[in-house]
Amino acid sequence: MSLTEESTLRVLLYEGAGATDLPSSNRLETMTALLERGYTVSRTTGTGNVAPHDRGSLYVMGRFEGGKTPTDHIEQDETSLRFQDIGELNTDAIIEKVESVRAETNSVQPGNWKPWFPVIDYDRCTNCMQCLSFCLFNVYGVDDDNQIQAQNHDNCKTNCPACSRVCPEAAIMFPKYKSGPINGDEVTAADMGEEKMKVDISALLGGDVFSALRQRSDQAKERFSKERDEKQALSERKKCLTKLAQNNDIPAEVLMSLPSPDEILLKAEEAKARGEAALAKQRKAAE
Amino acid sequence: MSDTPRILYCHCNYAQVVPPETKQAVLAKLSGSGAAFDAVADLCEMAARKDPSLKRLADGGPVKIAACYPRAVKWILGGVGCKLNNETTEVLNMRVETPEDIVDALFNPELKANLPDDGTPAKPSAEELPTAQNES
Repeated sequence: MSLTEESTLRVLLYEGAGATDLPSSNRLETMTALLERGYTVSRTTGTGNVAPHDRGSLYVMGRFEGGKTPTDHIEQDETSLRFQDIGELNTDAIIEKVESVRAETNSVQPGNWKPWFPVIDYDRCTNCMQCLSFCLFNVYGVDDDNQIQAQNHDNCKTNCPACSRVCPEAAIMFPKYKSGPINGDEVTAADMGEEKMKVDISALLGGDVFSALRQRSDQAKERFSKERDEKQALSERKKCLTKLAQNNDIPAEVLMSLPSPDEILLKAEEAKARGEAALAKQRKAAE
Repeated sequence: MSDTPRILYCHCNYAQVVPPETKQAVLAKLSGSGAAFDAVADLCEMAARKDPSLKRLADGGPVKIAACYPRAVKWILGGVGCKLNNETTEVLNMRVETPEDIVDALFNPELKANLPDDGTPAKPSAEELPTAQNES
């Protein structure tokens, strides 16, 4: 998967030649404030290296000698370089300057959502397509080489680790999950044997997931036609979802937001078809 | 350019999984030192946006990264095509290590590479791949 070409802003707190050091408490306060607003910040001194700058906007802030910056603004190729003396600025004023430059340079606004998405450990992944077949939200896809990828991060349901539980190799991580190995901690033999870690798709709803869904859908239809008791149907659904949520640590709000059984069935069959198509290509390549 | 490893600090801004006191203590020590370093708000968020800056962060030579689990860091970056060098990357885990241990390791000029080795999972043969018939 390739990176985007989006414009980004990098802030550089400059404390090298031609500038004086920031007071230690100001430096920490400024760095913390910038990071909490989602910015990337580098601090340069006479010691050590930072990552090189290749493209995008670079905003160099420092206490320059005499309050004079080396220059004001340079544009070259894909890089925009700006300087700002911050000798007289407090943290709020620094943030204001940075926000203003971000807007002027059309740089991306960081941090608009909690970054919750599956990270695949390709050292473990066998490209079996279980995750592709399982996910109802089109998070997964395959690349030109038929390699599984998490392609639509925005579709992933925050705090839901369900796909990592169906992965037979424990290859799917959610780095912001509370516990291992889903959080990226090492996978142990015990994890691989643990019932909670190895939820087979077909076992998830008891037997074949697709026939279970069909059966549930038929039962629901029958119940509605006999009783027309929507309250009871809702109560049944809640009971079922609560059990799923408890067994697999799937947030209740994710389960409650699922569509009707018929729609779930349709989505499940679409996902299964995508997985089958990818597997068919893989089989052909393996022959 | 010196051979001293770069330092990259991840603030894990969008979740409470890294103890706040740990990341604040590490950032305070880094900030109070004379060392140059890079700091990012959240590597996961950058990967989710496929931020092009990740390439220079991964490519710039030996690096010590204060973030979370090495396996997660390897694939947060690797998943968007920014492969870290296994031989020249050390990841310090702020989820489980103490701030003192992390800071000591960051300022130690010796780099202890600790990314998981590249594995080659056994790819299933055509016969072993699941089919619609043998799945149910």
